[in-house]
Amino acid sequence: MQINQLSIFVENKSGRLMEIMAVLEKAGINVSALSLADTTDFGILRTIVDDPEKAKLALRESGVIVKTAPVIALPIDDTPGGLAKMLAVLSNENVAVEYMYAFCTRTHGKAMMVLKVDDSAKAQAVLTQKGYGDVDPKEFFKH
Amino acid sequence: MAMWQPEIETMSREELTKLQSERLVWQVKRVYERVECFRKRMDEKGLKPEDIHGIEDLHKLPFSYKQDLRDYYPYGLFAEPLKNIARVHASSGTTGKKIVVGYTKKDLDDWANCMARQFYAVGADSESIIQVAYGYGLFTGGLGAHGGAEKINATVVPISAGNTQNQLQTMVDFESTVLCCTPSYALYLGESVQEAGLKDKLKLKAGVFGAEPWTEEMRNSIEEKLGIKAYDVYGLSEIMGPGVSYECECQSGMHVCEDMFIPEIIDPDTLEVLPWGSTGELVFTTITKEGFPIIRYRTRDICSLNPEPCKCGRTHIRMNKPHGRSDDMLIIRGVNVFPSQIEEVLLKVNDGTITPNYQIVVDRVNNNDTFDVNVEMSEEMFADDVKSIEKVEKFITDELRSLLGIGAKVHLVNPKSITRSEGKAKRVIDKRKLF
Repeated sequence: MQINQLSIFVENKSGRLMEIMAVLEKAGINVSALSLADTTDFGILRTIVDDPEKAKLALRESGVIVKTAPVIALPIDDTPGGLAKMLAVLSNENVAVEYMYAFCTRTHGKAMMVLKVDDSAKAQAVLTQKGYGDVDPKEFFKH
Repeated sequence: MAMWQPEIETMSREELTKLQSERLVWQVKRVYERVECFRKRMDEKGLKPEDIHGIEDLHKLPFSYKQDLRDYYPYGLFAEPLKNIARVHASSGTTGKKIVVGYTKKDLDDWANCMARQFYAVGADSESIIQVAYGYGLFTGGLGAHGGAEKINATVVPISAGNTQNQLQTMVDFESTVLCCTPSYALYLGESVQEAGLKDKLKLKAGVFGAEPWTEEMRNSIEEKLGIKAYDVYGLSEIMGPGVSYECECQSGMHVCEDMFIPEIIDPDTLEVLPWGSTGELVFTTITKEGFPIIRYRTRDICSLNPEPCKCGRTHIRMNKPHGRSDDMLIIRGVNVFPSQIEEVLLKVNDGTITPNYQIVVDRVNNNDTFDVNVEMSEEMFADDVKSIEKVEKFITDELRSLLGIGAKVHLVNPKSITRSEGKAKRVIDKRKLF
């Protein structure tokens, strides 16, 4: 359920995102999900890639500030109310979501959610208990 | 125009030299006896007060530096016990400590006379209504101008700095005839007057502007927009405050109050005294100051001295506008800023474990100084959430404001994005073209 996410510092300057993606492309890294948090001055790019360690090295070498952070990834039902149901599980246990983003894969009829919560261990326990399946990071990259 | 103290302001060079010599001998003896820092420097040079017979011996005396004010913070350079100090002024220092100066009652009176000479020289008198829009407080601008305005029995409007609408309203309603503030603020007020179409309602005749460098173009623009004559005033708290030198109606150089301050021009590299007319670093010796006297203080301002007689009749030597610095000090919105101060703040980020690379960018937009500090991001400062990074940004902004007293815009930038030449980052980019 826990996978490694890359968090990348993005200076607020045009072309910066493109440069970062070019580094990943050159290193042969496949990006499967991303979300961009932005302020007036800077942004944080959060992304799930097929090889986080390799990606981190390549980015660092290019002078990009990058950190890996464990996040929760889990499949939910790709049906109306699917997300609400999952969030209710966390909310009932008073686990707060710091941020969240999603991507859909049609392969399993599931939507993949990536979550950062304040209490990761507790979140994982209650989600497992409620029948939310584990996910193999490699699954994200199957087409 | 009338003079405030004509007998002093028109004194012949011969008389002036005699007066300066007497006062210098008196001051050196006094400072040697009372100020440890100065005594040590004299002793190191094997000099005794008796070796100084007049201004011809001035060049033998050791220099004083801004660093001395930090080393002897706060009162270590005072030559009078605190019971005789009537007031202190201070400006932000480069190591978190302020630079502190003290004045006796007589010093304050002398200072008021300096500014009174300035006011008379621009045509002000007891009939004038003087709006003092310099900041009041530890900064010498507000109270310095205030003292001179009271001295000439003018009506003082101690409005202090800021709040443009209020300044304009006051200027119109109170019928102010003289304005004192920084030249960039004067220009800003001028523009606001233009926008509001208030020029015809103003009674302003003259402005006394200082505390930051400005150009002839700015002068023309201020004069046109406010419909006044704009005069330059120079000063620094280490010597006195505004009024150390001032422009007369001729607007061609600032008369140094030579009966109180002896100016010299030196080569900042060889430290040799240069003849009048040469360009070099300005050095001052205060020969009447009681509370905080200083000998051969290196101002770091680059300018020249003009001994030619002035059409106004004053004999006191004129200095031209400083057109550079022999150190890395910047003057932003009238406030002295050293790059080392930025460094000091950045060292506090992550409890001193890292020293982020930085660059200061200063510009002038709509006649206001902009002050941006670019800080290179590092892994230590980076976090996965926006809040933590914004906290770092806010920390730097708050600390800078508290140390410098002015606001800076902090930008977190990519590592290695700050231009480096020969491996050394370029710390300051000043786009203002003030000199």
